[in-house]
Amino acid sequence: MTTMTTTTNTTVLEAKDVTMRFGGLTAVRSVGLTVNSGEIVGLIGPNGAGKTTFFNCLTGLYVPTEGTVAYKGTVLPPKPHLVTSAGIARTFQNIRLFANMTVLENVLVGRHTRTKEGLWSALLRGPGFKKAEAASHERAMELLEFIGLAHKADHLARNLPYGEQRKLEIARALASEPGLLLLDEPTAGMNPQETRATEELVFAIRDQGIAVLVIEHDMRFIFNLCDRVAVLVQGEKLVEGTSDVVQADERVVAAYLGTPFEGAPGDEEVAEVEAAEAAQETPSAKAAPSTDTRTEDDQ
Amino acid sequence: MTTKTPAQQPTSLLPLPATAARTGVLAGAALALAGTFLAWTWTEEFPGNLTVTGYPGGLQVLTLVGATLTALFTLSGMGIRGLTWLTPAGKSSPVLLTALGVLGTTLYAIAAISVQLGGIINLEPGAWVSGVGALIAVIAALGLPHDLPAEEDTTGAWARFKHALKAPPAPRAKELPNWAEILIITAAFGIGLYVFAYGIDAYSELFVGFLITVALVAPAVFRAGLIARLNRLTAKHRTITLTAALIAAACFPFTQTDESYALIGANILIFATVALGLNVVVGLAGLLDLGYVAFLGVGAYTAALVSGSPQSTFGVQFPFWAAVLVGAAASLIFGVLIGAPTLRLRGDYLAIVTLGFGEIFRITMNNLNGSAGPDITNGSQGIPNIPDLELFGFNFGMPHEIAGFTLGRSGNYYLLMLLFTAVVVMVFRRSGESRIGRAWVAVREDETAATAMGINGFRVKLIAFALGATLAGFAGTVQAHVSYSITPEQYLFANTVPPNSAFLLAAVILGGMGTISGPLIGAALLYLIPAKLQFLEDFQLLLFGLALILLMRFRPEGLVANKRAQLEFHETGQLDVPDQRLPDDAVGTAKAGA
Ligand SMILES: Nc1ncnc2c1ncn2[C@@H]1O[C@H](COP(=O)(O)OP(=O)(O)OP(=O)(O)O)[C@@H](O)[C@H]1O
Ligand SMILES: [Mg+2]
Repeated sequence: MTTMTTTTNTTVLEAKDVTMRFGGLTAVRSVGLTVNSGEIVGLIGPNGAGKTTFFNCLTGLYVPTEGTVAYKGTVLPPKPHLVTSAGIARTFQNIRLFANMTVLENVLVGRHTRTKEGLWSALLRGPGFKKAEAASHERAMELLEFIGLAHKADHLARNLPYGEQRKLEIARALASEPGLLLLDEPTAGMNPQETRATEELVFAIRDQGIAVLVIEHDMRFIFNLCDRVAVLVQGEKLVEGTSDVVQADERVVAAYLGTPFEGAPGDEEVAEVEAAEAAQETPSAKAAPSTDTRTEDDQ
Repeated sequence: MTTKTPAQQPTSLLPLPATAARTGVLAGAALALAGTFLAWTWTEEFPGNLTVTGYPGGLQVLTLVGATLTALFTLSGMGIRGLTWLTPAGKSSPVLLTALGVLGTTLYAIAAISVQLGGIINLEPGAWVSGVGALIAVIAALGLPHDLPAEEDTTGAWARFKHALKAPPAPRAKELPNWAEILIITAAFGIGLYVFAYGIDAYSELFVGFLITVALVAPAVFRAGLIARLNRLTAKHRTITLTAALIAAACFPFTQTDESYALIGANILIFATVALGLNVVVGLAGLLDLGYVAFLGVGAYTAALVSGSPQSTFGVQFPFWAAVLVGAAASLIFGVLIGAPTLRLRGDYLAIVTLGFGEIFRITMNNLNGSAGPDITNGSQGIPNIPDLELFGFNFGMPHEIAGFTLGRSGNYYLLMLLFTAVVVMVFRRSGESRIGRAWVAVREDETAATAMGINGFRVKLIAFALGATLAGFAGTVQAHVSYSITPEQYLFANTVPPNSAFLLAAVILGGMGTISGPLIGAALLYLIPAKLQFLEDFQLLLFGLALILLMRFRPEGLVANKRAQLEFHETGQLDVPDQRLPDDAVGTAKAGA
């Protein structure tokens, strides 16, 4: 499915032995993951497996109890704003837009690390300031056109329909000119058409030379999109490999459905389960209550 | 559920034919207007002299203006040529509101005369004529067709009444030549200045009437769509708007013959400027600062100490520009000292620490008196005899003749303070509309997301906090000179006399967070209302608190809403952006600031 041939194969992200403990609970246990440039990597796992926690460790929102995260060879300090300026941008599972800012302003905020006009420059309004503002606006509008929201630049972010809010979050992340984009359930709450469009969008982003690491419960989406998929179960990385490898792995199926009590499942049962899995369209509706209390009535 | 009632007829509160209702309003307004030309009472004991026939005065003028507006809005609603521009949006709700304003003011006048002079007997027929006229106008106005078609949920008297006050948005105005638009802006500010000066000059009885009239006429003008039209123009000509506002404000002292009114003006400006500085902190960056007045104090004390006052322990006299710089710098330093350790924490801690700082500042100033501590600030005596400024040979303490007008001491300081206000307005606007301003709003909206977008939350919050402190200190340097002497007791958390921290915060929230005009208007009201209602004595604060509660209940976004706040508070059932936080929140942001 992925026809793009990537020229170089440098490592963009290298997470080593990342462990995250909350008191007695080990949410992420010794997970290592690499993402190479030009790759789309998927991260799947049942609810509460620790996927979002792993993202938070990567982006510095959590300080991992153990382990390191390196971006293009440099170990990142666990501070979100430094991670972003280094070149990793993310979206959130439960959309976190700046609800009362306009669509354009949201994207402009994403430009923060790539501009440096401070207070003085804002107060004095020299030619440098005006040029930088104009350039930021232009870039932001380009991004809005890219995701197809340019016509809504002046709307308040909170007034966008759900699918567009997710897209806007992606545009905002892209505004920071990342080398790696982390997407946390980008199609949660979307209908099949919107999911298709998001797939296209992710490919387009990859084609711009941005590596993508994506969490998703929609298996069809993941297996269409990803060069590689890692499976996280109860904080541990169970399998990693191409779509085919992961799809064929019994442990993955067992992890999603629980280990049967009486004997191992027959082959036809596994096939059935996989078919059901693939047909599943809105898996996020059963997202873990701890992270997602949003009601999905807005689609 | 789609179209339950296709093209429902606009209904009205009272079943009257539209023409009859309009005629009734016109007749009532005419009667009320005629009444103002008759005597309302027999003695001049009631202030404003309401005894003259043929010459309205005092409260009668308010009724007269209100009745005229009611009639004009009605005629405009009838489509009279040349007047239709008055009501581009609502046609009936402005009439109802102004009619209520006339009735309210007139009834208040009748009550005030009766109470003050001891009985209804003291009323002359004119008062009754106006009162009955106003009543007829209101009743007839209730029969006007609603501006909006009825909704399903408008049952119950109160809901129906509220519905009657609603109006559709104004349609796009046709393009006017530039000069005409600028003329309209100028005229609007002229009217604004006049209303403001009228309120300041009003004696207590008149001021209450003034408040009633303004409280009902202002929403009427809003419902009529005139404010929306004006906003469109001011947004288009921003520089001209700011200049016009500045000129109108600069005209104020020239309209005042009484020195004490000019002083009220100067004090309002100080209060408003500090409130605008606080708006950077509260409105833009969303940081709750409960001790903000202390920064004003730091600036004022610094300026006083280097002012050359004989009571200053420093005994030096800096030139004013140097005093301003030193005062602002001192506030900046305190801002950073207070902000740096606390801004890493979440909101509540900051509120408590700033509250504490405000008190510590006051108590320290009290204790640096030579007995409890080193003698620096003369303790509770404060620093009196702060000399008047002299800039370029212009002595601010002396009256000056300018263009045929005499400008007294307060007028001089008013103009100086206006310059400072203009600077703060510019700082607010420019910083707000920039990369750093967007970062402030982003941090206010969602700090975790903001840090994930590469914003160093702690850093931008510290900049906002320090900038706010600097602006307050900056204003404080003028305050020291305006008020002759400064004492620790001027910088309380709460007091009946503004500026104090509680009133500053109230001015920002009541006026409208994140806007420029909001805190300015809020400060003017919060200064004038307690000053004019002193006769209420103990009830003053009670009524005041009640008014604030009502305002927050019915207009939570403040008097001047920025477009965001308007949406934030009044839209219901809209798409829900989850406002719950990731469970990592505490960790995430405590760190995010680090
Ligand atoms: N800040 C925290 N404190 C304590 N426990 C936490 C915290 N954050 C996450 N957890 C726990 O860590 C586990 C992993 O949660 P996480 O949100 O990473 O799961 P997830 O794989 O993203 O699940 P989902 O698919 O539902 O989004 C859960 O048991 C969760 O309750
Ligand atoms: Mg998750």
